[in-house]
Amino acid sequence: MPARQVSLATIFQKFATIGAVSFGGGIVAYLQRLLVDDTKWLTDDEFLTKLEIAQTMPGLNAVNMCILVGDELRGPIGAFVGATAMVLPGAIFVGVMGILAAQAHAAYPVAHAALAGISAGAVGLLSAITWHTGKKQFLKPLDLALLLMTFVLMSIVKWPLWVILLVMGPIAILAYRPGSKGNA
Amino acid sequence: MPSAHSLVQLAIDFGLLSIQAVGGGAAVIPAMQHVVEGTYHITPDEFSQIYGIGNLAPGPNMLMVVILGNRIAGLGGGIVVLLAFLIPSSLMCFVAGRLWDRIGDSPWRRAVQYGFAPIAIGLMASGVYALAKSSTTTLLTGIIAVAMLGMILRTKINPTLLILACGLVGAFILPNGVLSKVLAPH
Repeated sequence: MPARQVSLATIFQKFATIGAVSFGGGIVAYLQRLLVDDTKWLTDDEFLTKLEIAQTMPGLNAVNMCILVGDELRGPIGAFVGATAMVLPGAIFVGVMGILAAQAHAAYPVAHAALAGISAGAVGLLSAITWHTGKKQFLKPLDLALLLMTFVLMSIVKWPLWVILLVMGPIAILAYRPGSKGNA
Repeated sequence: MPSAHSLVQLAIDFGLLSIQAVGGGAAVIPAMQHVVEGTYHITPDEFSQIYGIGNLAPGPNMLMVVILGNRIAGLGGGIVVLLAFLIPSSLMCFVAGRLWDRIGDSPWRRAVQYGFAPIAIGLMASGVYALAKSSTTTLLTGIIAVAMLGMILRTKINPTLLILACGLVGAFILPNGVLSKVLAPH
């Protein structure tokens, strides 16, 4: 099926479904199953190229993926519909949760304990995500050095993020310049 | 009601965070925490809770910015923050997608990609530090965090369920929880 025949309603419905059921993350895996396996809108290579762009550019990877895939299927309006569909269910859900949590926090002391448990759990979760995403970088001396410098500048020295990116970015790019060992 | 001025300021602050979210949403957590604490008086404690709640929802967990915006400036704040956090980076990604064929094979493009990977991980580690500094300051919360880390790495249980379980455990064993009520002397 030629990709351009995918309707905007179909894009919205498929992406909104993922946006609504992806409790616990793993959105990229959902997208791969939808786009490559089920609908065959993209080949494996096309998917991976888009993922690379989505991860290289700033922003949420899942949203960036919807922008790129939506654009591929139906141009700018497809990108808009795709990204909107992905974030709408979760945004509404999280907004309601936030209000409920604030009310519970104000009314019931036990909610303080529950939220403290949730915060502590989130620390464990983010640690796991950081380790999982960065396993390669933690184990490679050059990357570990860049990683630790970034950590120190952010958490200890407390430079603004944009300054850190402007300082560390060129250093890291230079370390991986074309022809260097890591970029053969 | 929030003034139009404060909504514009919110949009600017989160728009800037959007384009600085190099390496994904998690990499911008520490900077976001600094901004909302410094400018909008969201305590580190509250920020950690809001990030935790974000993990209970489907979709990208950084959608928790909606809660931040809502706490800062009501419903309008939630919508402004969501749009400001998503639109700038989305526009950049859109343009990059269109140009990629031309720059895709450049070795400098790979240098950027490889170079920014460890920076993003360093920022995520800073995010862990920022959250831990306020939410795992006691032995019990530390145990919950470490148990969570182990469960995520060792099992395939859905993280949302595990976060819920952490909330439940917290409701029993942490200060103000059920046990503290039962054990408290009358």
